Amino acid sequence: MAASAPDHPAERPAHWAGSEPARILAPDGTAVGDTAVGLEPEDLRALLRWMVLARRLDQECIALQRQGQLTVYPGFEGQEAAQVGSATALGATDFVWPTFRELAAALVRSVDPVQYLQYHRGTWHGGPYDPRATRFGPICIPIATQIVHAAGYALGQQLDGTDAASIAYFGDGATSEGDFHEAANLAGVWRLPMVLFCQNNGWAISVPTAKQTAGEIWRRAEGYGFPGVRVDGNDVLAVYAATREALDRARRGEGATLIEAMTYRIGAHSTADDAGRYRADPEVEAARAFDPIARFRTWLLAAGHADEEYVAACEREAEAFALEVREGVIATAAPPAEWQFDWVYAAPPATFERMRGEALA
Amino acid sequence: MTTWTLSGALNRALHDSLTADDRVLVFGEDVGVSGGVFRVTDGLQTAFGDRRVFDTPISEAGIVGTAVGLCFAGWRPVVELQFDAFSYPALEQVIDHVAKMHMRTRGRVGMPITIRIPSFGGIKGKEHHGESPETYYAHTAGLKVVVPSSALDGYTLLRHAIADPDPVIVLEPKARYWAKEDGELADGAGIGAGRILRDGTDVTLVSYGSMVARAREAADALAEKGVEARVVDLRCLSPLDDELLQRCAEETGRIVVIHEAPRHVGVGAEVAARVMELAFDSLAAPVQRVTGWDAPYPPASLEDGYLPSVERIVAAAQRTVAY
Repeated sequence: MAASAPDHPAERPAHWAGSEPARILAPDGTAVGDTAVGLEPEDLRALLRWMVLARRLDQECIALQRQGQLTVYPGFEGQEAAQVGSATALGATDFVWPTFRELAAALVRSVDPVQYLQYHRGTWHGGPYDPRATRFGPICIPIATQIVHAAGYALGQQLDGTDAASIAYFGDGATSEGDFHEAANLAGVWRLPMVLFCQNNGWAISVPTAKQTAGEIWRRAEGYGFPGVRVDGNDVLAVYAATREALDRARRGEGATLIEAMTYRIGAHSTADDAGRYRADPEVEAARAFDPIARFRTWLLAAGHADEEYVAACEREAEAFALEVREGVIATAAPPAEWQFDWVYAAPPATFERMRGEALA
Repeated sequence: MTTWTLSGALNRALHDSLTADDRVLVFGEDVGVSGGVFRVTDGLQTAFGDRRVFDTPISEAGIVGTAVGLCFAGWRPVVELQFDAFSYPALEQVIDHVAKMHMRTRGRVGMPITIRIPSFGGIKGKEHHGESPETYYAHTAGLKVVVPSSALDGYTLLRHAIADPDPVIVLEPKARYWAKEDGELADGAGIGAGRILRDGTDVTLVSYGSMVARAREAADALAEKGVEARVVDLRCLSPLDDELLQRCAEETGRIVVIHEAPRHVGVGAEVAARVMELAFDSLAAPVQRVTGWDAPYPPASLEDGYLPSVERIVAAAQRTVAY
């Protein structure tokens, strides 16, 4: 990992206390570590583009929910770097196991956002995109359960002798679940090619990290017998570098890595949540000083990898993109009623077929 | 003619499935070197290697969740959860993912997972080693649930379960693992079909698992009292064999359901409801349920009073005949 430096203002989010996260760019956009992470200027610009597109789409989704076009929607503002940086590090055959808050990672993996948003539109559970074609698993709401799936997929790759890895996304709250422990333990015992990627955004709905866990999450890796790293989750270069290193380890047969990406959930848990009930506005405003997009944009421009016109073009594209997705979402109709029966079984029993007939009569 | 135990027949089914399909994996707690606490996986690791037959940490949710991920990678997992009550840590994975993933992916990713669970009581076991978890599984859409009652049918059902494209829960009656049956192993009837083990015209005794043997004993006792009882082995609790239940109701007019599980919301309630829906006019008496009590499974010294006895089954059958 690149060198880190304790260069943040005093009012950093409370849950960032403790070990200093690995960092390449300071919150003000100045480089404090080695920026040569192996990405070409074109790839560096793409990091900004994805973050800008993702944030604009996130805003559009919240608007769509307010307008009755989506059911409950979980926003991810503030977590763009954690998702875009890690997803960019993945190889084509690596498989992503998301929670319900990884829309930015989904975009990077070329998941059709309209198909993805069918989950939140209430037209299909899991998301109707093809998980095998996109290498992006179904949206997973039961907390931490997808980490075990990632372990199973990684085991499958190990048995087949491929060089593909799994990456499981989860939040700080998920580390309190038994499934986190079971997956991490299996990953250690079986030396699985997987990355356990925790976005520590400080909040599990209304419960702050301090009430969730007493230790630092990344340190738990030692107990499972593999490395853990704490990285500045709002530094897209540092996230990319840490994830890339973890994936390289996995491909070398050296097993799993736990990455704790320190970030902050700017928005509420979801559109159904009123964050004002449990946290004060000044905390959120202070966290905006760590904004991942502004930080990277500042550096990208200063380093001469992009100019203002590129930034403006990204923003124009984001507007058009949000509009296109909006139209696609609104055009998505409820599926035919028979679809609720079509895939319950691969080999449907006769009794089930009779009920289907009764329901659709 | 070969003599088989249920444990031995299940072992052969695993062996033959591992041979038939090189994507089949067998894993769970103590299934490798030890061969399983009931020896159902005995010798499989030696025969197929520790890549295809392997031990896991004590981690039921981990075992089942791993199976889900393996299915995405094109494998066909057969897992053992060591005892009925120890299958509960995996319920979230079973209900939220195993049962639903085929639908959630619009059929793109199947879950051909077989979950074997040594189940039920009757072995004077410890606490949490004698439970009947079938209702939890049978109530979940997307799962199939089978319960073998004998050695030869254990082979048949397990082969079908592993070959099935859907997730199948196999509840193996611990009390029957060492019961012997003579005959040859065969493909036999598939999932969803019940079977008639003894014919009779006066009343049908419907049961599954270890209670099938007890129902046959009861039928013998009833015959001595002049009552000809038909004995039905459900084999499969999800789906239920509606046609067979309807036919038995129509032909015998009286139904007694026997299971170890508590009565409340047990499989007996479903059987009674279906018989009423499908053949109400044929019923000569209310359906009787002979079950475990609506109380936690008792300590070994009280077990005999908890499980349906031949006497209770006979009495229930006689009530229907006298109705």
